[in-house]
Amino acid sequence: MSAPAVTEKKEKISVPFDYNKYLRPNKLPHIWCPGCGHGIVLKAMLRAIHNAGLDQDKVCVVSGIGCSSRTPGYVDFNTLHTLHGRALSFATGIKFAKPDMKVIVVTGDGDALAIGGNHFIHTCRRNIDLTVLVFTNATYGMTGGQYSPTTPIGSQATTSRYGSIEPPFDACEMAKAAGATFVARGTAYHTLELEKTILEAINHKGTSVVDIIDACPTYFGRMNKYKSATHMMEVIEKDGTVNVKQADKLPPEKVQGKALRGVLHKVERPEYCEQYESLIMEKAKGK
Amino acid sequence: MSEAAVKKLPRIVINEKFCKGCSICIDFCPTDVLELKGNCVAVKNLEACTRCQLCDLRCPDFAIQVFD
Ligand SMILES: Cc1ncc(C[n+]2csc(CCOP(=O)(O)OP(=O)(O)O)c2C)c(N)n1
Ligand code: SF4
Ligand code: SF4
Ligand code: SF4
Repeated sequence: MSAPAVTEKKEKISVPFDYNKYLRPNKLPHIWCPGCGHGIVLKAMLRAIHNAGLDQDKVCVVSGIGCSSRTPGYVDFNTLHTLHGRALSFATGIKFAKPDMKVIVVTGDGDALAIGGNHFIHTCRRNIDLTVLVFTNATYGMTGGQYSPTTPIGSQATTSRYGSIEPPFDACEMAKAAGATFVARGTAYHTLELEKTILEAINHKGTSVVDIIDACPTYFGRMNKYKSATHMMEVIEKDGTVNVKQADKLPPEKVQGKALRGVLHKVERPEYCEQYESLIMEKAKGK
Repeated sequence: MSEAAVKKLPRIVINEKFCKGCSICIDFCPTDVLELKGNCVAVKNLEACTRCQLCDLRCPDFAIQVFD
């Protein structure tokens, strides 16, 4: 047999994709504003869940409170819309009671890192098998555009009319430091890359955090003089980030000040539910 | 018949009830196929469509899909 031709295998993109299988049609259209990035992220999440080949009844989508946290209302899985900042606490309970359930947490940057910051670091520390998708729009969208823990210095918010003076959190650095075993970043703009990153996060055993940069054109956009949702996607998501694989090859000035995308940290460490299960089994045997 | 005449055109399906007129699909279409009509997207130049799917991928509202 002759050697196969050296053609690069073209990756087939997963569109047009039939989203309806995963949606609750009577709940749509969703409430998000025109151009809100949350809808783009939701679509990438659905394609990733589909590609993971998961049984819909074996998936549970859990959220806290915020515009982003409205996601579970639109999707046809087991779903839970909980309390502000407490998505991870509820998700931990579900995973602990039902370790076979794939539990995906959808949370805003305010929900996850401000009011829920404590739950966030301890979830990472335990390395419980949860997929945590942080919708980082650098504002509290739902309550009218207050600054959040990821608002860049100098940005306008209803609570920082002279520009924010607080240094923002890097959710990925925090997750890594706290012990998460999979840490990645994506953007709504790079939607196919995001789909793949979420898929990898879903397939990882342990706490997987994906920080997803998306746009709130209504508050962050208007207050910071962006012309449109497209303009925000171009400046913040496209020009403001660089893929970690390309970052090494680029001159430092092309990387400086940009957020890194892609898988930033991936290690193996015993998972919380499994550890607990083996401890209980050991004790049950009277060891 | 010339080759151009038999060229199969893609089918762009727009859900007018879902479209919020955000213009994301219009702005990112590489071949300027789409336009805004009132508060809803419309097809302006179907022949130019390359089926790249970027409009569908970046639409936040499940409002546009492109079929072969
Ligand atoms: C205990 C409690 N405190 C405050 C609020 C008010 N609140 C609702 S949503 C929200 C912030 C939402 O921001 P984020 O989580 O970033 O999500 P986004 O709306 O930007 O998607 C706040 C402070 C609340 N609902 N519950
Ligand atoms: S307020 Fe912002 S985050 Fe909330 S739906 Fe509107 S654009 Fe999206
Ligand atoms: S498929 Fe591509 S070329 Fe065709 S309308 Fe959509 S964005 Fe434009
Ligand atoms: S991206 Fe979607 S919602 Fe926005 S104008 Fe295009 S079809 Fe309409």
